[in-house]
Amino acid sequence: MCCWGPEVNSLLSQSINLFAVVLLVLAFAMIAQRRILTLIHLFTLQGAALAAATLIVGYLTGQHHLYFSAALTFVLKVVLIPILLHRVILRLNVRWDVETLFNIPTTMLIGIVLVIFAFNLAAPIAGLSTSIARGTLGIALACVLLSFLMMIVRAKAVPQVIGFLSMENGLFFAATAATSGMPMIVELGIAFDVLVGILILGVFMFQIREQFDSLDIRHLEKLKED
Amino acid sequence: MDPLLFVLAFPLLGGVLLALWGDRERAGDLNAAMSLLTLAASVWLTAIVVRDGPLTAWGEWFFVDPLNVFLVTLTAFVGFTTSLFSRPYMRIERDHGKMTPGRMRLFHSMYQLFNGMMLVALTTNNLGILWVAMEAATLTTVLLVSVYRTPASLEAAWKYFILCGVGIAQALFGTILLYLAAERAIGGGEGALLWTHLAQSKHLLDPQILSLAFVFLLVGYGTKVGLVPVHNWLPDAHAEGPTPISAVLSGLLLNVALYAVLRCKVLADGALANGLPGRMMIGFGLVTVVVAAFFLSRQRDVKRMFAYSSIEHMGLMTFAFGLGGPIANFAGLLHMTVHALVKSAIFFAVGHAAQKAGSQVMEDIRGLLKVSPTVGWGLMLGSLAILGMPPFGVFASEFLILTTAMREAPWATPFLLVALGVAFAAIFGRVQPMVFGETSLRPLAHPPALLPVFVHLGLALMLGLYIPPYLDGWYRQAAQMIGG
Repeated sequence: MCCWGPEVNSLLSQSINLFAVVLLVLAFAMIAQRRILTLIHLFTLQGAALAAATLIVGYLTGQHHLYFSAALTFVLKVVLIPILLHRVILRLNVRWDVETLFNIPTTMLIGIVLVIFAFNLAAPIAGLSTSIARGTLGIALACVLLSFLMMIVRAKAVPQVIGFLSMENGLFFAATAATSGMPMIVELGIAFDVLVGILILGVFMFQIREQFDSLDIRHLEKLKED
Repeated sequence: MDPLLFVLAFPLLGGVLLALWGDRERAGDLNAAMSLLTLAASVWLTAIVVRDGPLTAWGEWFFVDPLNVFLVTLTAFVGFTTSLFSRPYMRIERDHGKMTPGRMRLFHSMYQLFNGMMLVALTTNNLGILWVAMEAATLTTVLLVSVYRTPASLEAAWKYFILCGVGIAQALFGTILLYLAAERAIGGGEGALLWTHLAQSKHLLDPQILSLAFVFLLVGYGTKVGLVPVHNWLPDAHAEGPTPISAVLSGLLLNVALYAVLRCKVLADGALANGLPGRMMIGFGLVTVVVAAFFLSRQRDVKRMFAYSSIEHMGLMTFAFGLGGPIANFAGLLHMTVHALVKSAIFFAVGHAAQKAGSQVMEDIRGLLKVSPTVGWGLMLGSLAILGMPPFGVFASEFLILTTAMREAPWATPFLLVALGVAFAAIFGRVQPMVFGETSLRPLAHPPALLPVFVHLGLALMLGLYIPPYLDGWYRQAAQMIGG
């Protein structure tokens, strides 16, 4: 399979780390991004980085089902879901919305703590993995936790959904980093669930807007314990 | 001829058929008929498993063993009785203007798909597919919870989606770690996530990976079980969705999620051999029981109150499985069965009571016995049964759990007793004026289907007095299998 010689291969295996770092940086950028449109662009980039990383791991290890997985990621997270999100924000007329975020520096600091925590948690496990991308398991877990943080601090529906999707990206990356990719059928099932989930959430956003005249999740806090 | 094929095909086919059929006159009948066919297929499957023992099907992708066969039958049974109950119930909701033809179509179609997804989750041998089916079941119920499109139901559905989505993402990470451990132990590929393969070589799985994986799996699937502190979605979803959905959420979906935890616990126990999974489940279960009991006493909405009661009982089951051993596992399995039967019966009665009062607030529901004695008695007997009064089955299982707790974890028993006492005072105190006393309720336009209530309560009563030998045998085998 390696027709380019060892130097190129070593360069490629280093590029996996590069793409992993890109994923992490994008996760941080998403936390700090106020504009919804830019947020969708960042998400698209993250999907592209994920697809590229999966492709390289597939090439280097000769596991051809990872090519398929990379293609699936590309179609779903770089093409289909961004198109859906663009259509949703266009029709909801929130394309140019800017969200007021408080305490970005504090959120970033919490994010850094989460990254350190993720690396510590993943370090012993990553040593046991046989995958060539095992060093990046910590980064994958960090991406998951950062998206989690984003879902907590965001008060609008669209950013919350993007946080959810970005968490899915982190999990997909974890599967590539820790193992040689999940079995095909499982990956297909997960992709299907994500797609159906995003369609349902899209419909919900219209209904929420209809009921509350706003996409602010703070309206969704009526059901409280007495 | 494979009965398993029919068990899975009927609800999925029903979902498609009902989506095409739409809101015709007989849609409710078709819904019930598909559920009846599913039940018939699952009884057939059970008969074959009783005769021939555990089986795997279709290249080991699906399997039936003592642990899941009784849950399959229970799911199909409660699915069928709920479809009977929902026929008049949803018709009344439509008369009240809460359901449009489009929503009725969505309701029936999603109801069947939801049942189908739970059955796939129960019978699949692949832990990845288990995850996929759990997520798909969540998606169908999200649509069902929001079916009234009121602000409150949208809020409940959004919360349900986001919280369970996050929770189940943790479970996916746990599954990935499990796959990592499996790759090291038995090699990768399509077979590495098959539960039967993993269970055979569970002692080979790396303990360090498995302990981390189990934490993620317990928190992830625990969100769907309704374990405190990740239970917030549950009362909202139960209170704001249609009552048939509250009944199947409480009676079935929570059980399926707990089943997923149990499958993972067997593997983690085998790999770790230090009892950590059991101790974690004891901790989560105990906190859940206590917190839910105190929240329960503060509710005003009747469906919310019984939703908290479900959280409490799921906590009790988690606690029992955490204790492990043949007796506590047996009690946990029995409790899963009787809780599913009794809680869905209560929701059936509560649903019609709330329709009569035009409100779910308990102060508005008064004197049920005067207007319709069957609903009143159904609610009263159901409440007594769920509170653990003898001779109902809940008493037997709670008694077994408490006596085992006194022996294995004596420090936990006072907490359990206090929680059960608080729950008793709260529920009994609220239900009594709802059933007895003066009334201002109005009769319903369509006669309610209350046969399911009394069939469920009758079965729970029977399980309290006498457990048939084959059922007893299953429970014992399943309890043995969970081990711990």
